[in-house]
Formats: sequence, C-alpha cells, structure tokens
Amino acid sequence: MTEAALQMGKRRHVLDLDDFVPEEFEEVFAQADAMAEVLARPIAQVPALRGVTVVNAFYEASTRTRISFEQAAKALSATVVNFTAQSSSVVKGESLVDTVRTLEALGADVVVLRHAMSGAPYLVARHFSGAVLNAGDGRHAHPTQGLLDIYTMRRHLGEIRGIRVVIVGDILHSRVARSNLWGLTKLGAQVVLCGPPTLVGPASYWEAVFPNVRVCYALEEAIAGADVVMALRLQKERQESGLLPTLREYIRLYCLTPERLALAAPHALVMHPGPMNEGVEISPEVATCAQSVIEEQVTNGVAIRMALLYMLAGRKAEA
Amino acid sequence: MEGDVQERQIMSSEEVQRALRRIAHEIIERNGGAQGTALVGIRARGVPLAHRLAQVIAESEATQVPVGALDITLYRDDIAIRADHPVVRRTEIPFDIEGLTVVLVDDVLYTGRTIRAAMDALMDLGRPRRIQLAVLVDRGHRELPIQADFVGKHVPTARDEEVVVRVEEMDGATDVRIVRRKNR
Repeated sequence: MTEAALQMGKRRHVLDLDDFVPEEFEEVFAQADAMAEVLARPIAQVPALRGVTVVNAFYEASTRTRISFEQAAKALSATVVNFTAQSSSVVKGESLVDTVRTLEALGADVVVLRHAMSGAPYLVARHFSGAVLNAGDGRHAHPTQGLLDIYTMRRHLGEIRGIRVVIVGDILHSRVARSNLWGLTKLGAQVVLCGPPTLVGPASYWEAVFPNVRVCYALEEAIAGADVVMALRLQKERQESGLLPTLREYIRLYCLTPERLALAAPHALVMHPGPMNEGVEISPEVATCAQSVIEEQVTNGVAIRMALLYMLAGRKAEA
Repeated sequence: MEGDVQERQIMSSEEVQRALRRIAHEIIERNGGAQGTALVGIRARGVPLAHRLAQVIAESEATQVPVGALDITLYRDDIAIRADHPVVRRTEIPFDIEGLTVVLVDDVLYTGRTIRAAMDALMDLGRPRRIQLAVLVDRGHRELPIQADFVGKHVPTARDEEVVVRVEEMDGATDVRIVRRKNR
C-alpha cells in the first residue's frame, strides 16, 4: 500500500516545543484537523489505539488538562489509567523513577506527566521505554497547551507568520507563556510580553533567548493593533509573596477590559488557558465576547492531544 | 536502479473511463435507479473515482447522488504493530448515511483489509440500508471473505507486483500499470 508515514522528527517524546521544527507543527496541526472531524461525530470514538495503555500521571492538581488527555485517549480507544499523587505510593515516599519502572512493568505505552518540578518529564523520559508527553512541568513548559493555542490562532487567522500576539500576566512563572514563546517565535510571530515588571522581568532576559519578542509594561501600549490577546491566570500567592503590591492595583493596570480590547485589531482573538479569575486578569464581558475563543481552546485541546497520542503511541526506545 | 523496475500498462485513460461508465450503469441497474444511493470514495484515489461515477450517474439519470470521502487510517488493523503511524486525513461525508445504499469506491481491491476497515468506519457514522463495493481493479489475493459488487477489471497478479492507479485529478494522468521491482 502506498502511503505517507508520519515524520514528527521521528521523536519519541514531546517534552517542550523548543526542539520542534516548523514542519512538525504543520504535521501535528494536519492530524488535529482529522481528529477534530472525529470529535464532531455523534459517536466520537475510533478504534485506532486499541490495546495501547496511556497512563495519566498527575503529580500536581489539574482538572482540565487531565480530563482533556483522558478524553483524547478514550476517543482513540486507548486504555486509560489515571494516577494521581494523592492516591499513590508517592505519599509513602516512592521516587519518580521507581514509579516509572512500575508503570513500565504494568505495560504502559505512553506516560502523560504533570509535575510541579521543572524538568521532571526529562527524568521520566530517560527511564521509560515508551513515549512521554509533558502535561506541564513547574514553570518550564506546557507544550500541548502551546500547540493548542497556536492551532486555535491558525484556524482563525490562517498564518502565524507576521501576527502580533500579546501575552498579559505573570509571565515569569508561566509554563504556558514559555511554550507559546517557543512555538510562536519559531513560526515567525511577534510576541509582546506584558505585566508588572516583578512578574515579567527585564526585556534582556527574554530577548537573549527568543527572536521577535518585546517586553512592554503598559497594557494599553502593548495591545495596540494586536492580532491575539492572551491573558494568563494570576495566582493569588503572588501577592502574598510580595511580587504584587495589591490585587486591586493589578486589576486597575492589567485586567483585560472591553475598553482595552478595543485598542487591539478589530479581528483580535481573546484567549486564556484557564481556569479564569474573572474580574482579575479578564473581565467577564471580555471572557464571553464574540472575539473570545476560550471555549474553542478547550475543544481544540482534545484534538491536539489525540493527534499527539496517535503520532507517538507506537514509538519505543531502541532495544 | 531503473533497470530493476519492470512495468506494463493494463488500462489506458479511455479504458478506465469506459469501465467507470459501465460500473455507473451497473449501480443504477442493481439499485433500480439512483435514488437513495450515495457514493463514498476511500482516500486517496477512491475519491476522484467516486466523483467520476457520480458524474456519469448524473448524466444518465438526472440525479445528483451525494459523494463523500472516507479516511480509514484510524480503523486499520496494523496500527498497533507499527512504530510509524500513517498520516490521517479528514473524513468528509457531509450527508446522513442512515437508510441509504452506500457504494464504497476504491481503486484496487487486494487483501480486503481496507474494505473491512472502511465498513467499520462507515457503520460508526450511521446505519446505511446496505453497503456495496465498486473497485476499478480486483487483483486477487484476498485475506478476508470480501468481494466486490462492481469491478472494472479483474487482473491476475503476483504478490511481488504492485498495481499502480493514476487519476488525472491527483496525478496529472489516468492509467493503471503493473509494476514489478526486483531485488526487494
């Protein structure tokens, strides 16, 4: 049979977007298009990954990402094992590497890992013979979120090259911002980082790593003419740790309001990785306005994760 | 390595079109007209063939039968044993197949595994009244109890031969060739 096999850089894992090449993004997005059609069916399930075991190992609380991965794996008929830190031997002090060996012995083919420590998925990838998908590690990376965000932008704006994306909020502590930065700048977008200096850091810190990135501490200035405005969740702990004088001041300066959104391009998309603090980083009117694609991000997330699970499920370490 | 490839044409562009015309008329005859019939082409080359059949049916019956495109990749039986998975393309069937006579269209019928996958994929989209199968070439070597209702040409082949169908709409030319690659 003549057919094209998937390339995906012949990779076994998706740990971050820093090692993606533009062709891989295109390949993932094309597969996500096909998966979106499956999700739109009355019976949204295909037998592709029957017999494949996907372990969702979540060492950090997450509802959305875990459910999204679970739905993606089930839509492909994989066997799903959910594993959370509270319910496992982690409380008894079992190490991450020991847990991975156990999962391996139990026949796991793919491990989806969420961990509070930056770099944890890389450690797991070294000790696991199957595929590892990073579902968020510390403040380091959240590649599936980055992919679904860029996929959503592409569906609405067509081309990523040349668009201007403003990310507003706690950039320094955000794995979502970092993965979006890698993906967007590789695809030729211009990214503007905005927020209080204590949560964004100096321009030189970002400019040293990413091309086409700009730092702007005033939201009105950052947002002018933007094609995409992405608000990040503000963690309440930031105020307690002294990085924010008051929540009220943050809202006054950085909340995405209808007045501020009006400064962006008329077609500008409003995005948020969720869960939202409505009235803090985004006003309720903006969250539900016609330009908001926040709900679509959730559906696209399932399609992107189906695409990645399908592409990686057969990959094994060389024996 | 050009010397190691032998090939011969078994159907010309005209012969392909003539076979499709005959199949279209057989579909109409078998089903007592074209009402309640839909054509679903299996990606990749079943799709342009299905459109050509629909065109002949439209000219003869003044009925435009709906045409869809089916990708069977997610239903293949060999995904679990492959490390590199094949590319999935979109299934596009923009009509309800419930209660219709669905004619699956493919270029080459070989082991029957693609057709098994196509029937499973189709059933997941609804409950057709019946499913029939039209193929341009039946080359034998079945591995499943599946046979076509409409066949353009029966071609006895060896397993180490390849039947290559080209269609104008995708390949810039239409014909069917048998290709044998030596030293494989």
